[in-house]
Amino acid sequence: MITAPFDYETPETLDEAVRMLHENGEDAKLLAGGHSLLPLMKLRLAAPTLLVDLRLVPGLHHIQRENGSWRIGALARHADLQDTPELGVASAAAKQIADQQVRNRGTIGGSLAHGDPASDLPAVLVALEGEVSAQGRNGLRTIPAGELFQDYLTTALAHDEVITEVRLPATDGWGYGYEKFTRRAEDWAMVGVCALVKKGADGSCEDVRVGLTNMGSTPLRATAAEQALRGGSLDGDSIASAAEHAAEGTDPPGDLNATPDYKRHLARVLTRRALVAAAQA
Amino acid sequence: MGATVRICVTVNGERRESEVEARTLLVYWLREELGLTGTHVGCDTTNCGACTVHMNGESVKSCTVLAAQADGAEVTTIEGLAPEGGLHPLQDAFWEKHGLQCGFCTPGMIMAAADLLQRNPNPTDDEIRHGLEGNLCRCTGYHNIVKAVKAAAANEVPA
Ligand SMILES: Cc1cc2nc3c(=O)[nH]c(=O)nc-3n(C[C@H](O)[C@H](O)[C@H](O)COP(=O)(O)OP(=O)(O)OC[C@H]3O[C@@H](n4cnc5c(N)ncnc54)[C@H](O)[C@@H]3O)c2cc1C
Ligand code: FES
Ligand code: FES
Repeated sequence: MITAPFDYETPETLDEAVRMLHENGEDAKLLAGGHSLLPLMKLRLAAPTLLVDLRLVPGLHHIQRENGSWRIGALARHADLQDTPELGVASAAAKQIADQQVRNRGTIGGSLAHGDPASDLPAVLVALEGEVSAQGRNGLRTIPAGELFQDYLTTALAHDEVITEVRLPATDGWGYGYEKFTRRAEDWAMVGVCALVKKGADGSCEDVRVGLTNMGSTPLRATAAEQALRGGSLDGDSIASAAEHAAEGTDPPGDLNATPDYKRHLARVLTRRALVAAAQA
Repeated sequence: MGATVRICVTVNGERRESEVEARTLLVYWLREELGLTGTHVGCDTTNCGACTVHMNGESVKSCTVLAAQADGAEVTTIEGLAPEGGLHPLQDAFWEKHGLQCGFCTPGMIMAAADLLQRNPNPTDDEIRHGLEGNLCRCTGYHNIVKAVKAAAANEVPA
């Protein structure tokens, strides 16, 4: 399968990349790892007339801890996250994306910008309440996780904006779990759950976050389940009854693999498992 | 025809320069322009792993990389894995343990296994199965492939 023809540019600065996107309008697309965009182009579901490849733009590959947060360059690959276990749940989730070959190419910036609710890192960003920096014509702005994802494959990014960095709060003192259910190895999540638990000195649940992959047109927070657990005990029964709320307020689309009802069931089961893992740490 | 791009890629240790159409996929450049047909195309949809090669030392599915994206990179294909005149320990092990039947998946399987052993020189059976989840085999049932990778690991495969 061959894509439709396109022009190809490799800008060497961010400003140049933004200018190329701006001047060429909606038909120009950024290229990072290409592992979402090229498959779509091969199927001719996308046919941009210009690809602006970010690979020569410097300063987009870092993963570094700065005080209370992690700064991750947009071109850091899933494999780089996988190899940085200090990142906690982001590393654990990245390790479960597709297969090693895909992880060696796909980037965190591309994964978030694509806005696919079945992708694993968006739910992690939402659960961690992280943020991205985006460079556009009018400079750099910060977009919090809660505002980035607007609808299926739709984000708050303008077409000529480039994600430069992702910031995730460090989770020292939190336990975590990422549970992903697939029909076959290497598949996308039927449902995925990212759970974080902060234990109080008495072993109770001081704070909790639950992010859901593929339970709607955007990544979601299971707020009802969080509320049910926050401040209470972390024993098996409390976790199980909180997890029963995991699908509240969700509206998952059915697909080849799972009906909406089955996805809601999976969300409850996986939330329980992810919370148990997070509470054990 | 779309725009063309000049690329210079080191393939199996040799500098190769070429003018390619921007939409040329790395696998077709390797197979059709350089004649390196050891790298196979099974699915063309990033699922089967038959097209796996190494780019800067790591496994990638070359049906989902533009030749233009490989500009300046080092690419190793199955033809370049073995030392001159010999076999790579993984090739030896696949032979020894009957890790193939029709052989269609084998070049990609071996390139993926080489990346796996680089990341994890002493994998368990389970880690081998997971590590090769991006590669499909329609013949062997994977059992002997796992054995082969294990045997290659035990012989201390060079990274
Ligand atoms: C077989 C297969 C299985 C997969 N399975 C999973 C899975 O289980 N879980 C999962 O999460 N993902 C999965 N993926 C997707 C993979 O993780 C992609 O790599 C990722 O979603 C996109 O990252 P990329 O760097 O490849 O982006 P690209 O494909 O290069 O770009 C994707 C989109 O984002 C835009 N973009 C890229 N970078 C930026 C930026 N810095 N700023 C603004 N816009 C940008 C592009 O213009 C494009 O629209 C799978 C992919 C394949 C091929
Ligand atoms: S041909 Fe590339 S993954 Fe199947
Ligand atoms: S040996 Fe035939 S596909 Fe693997």
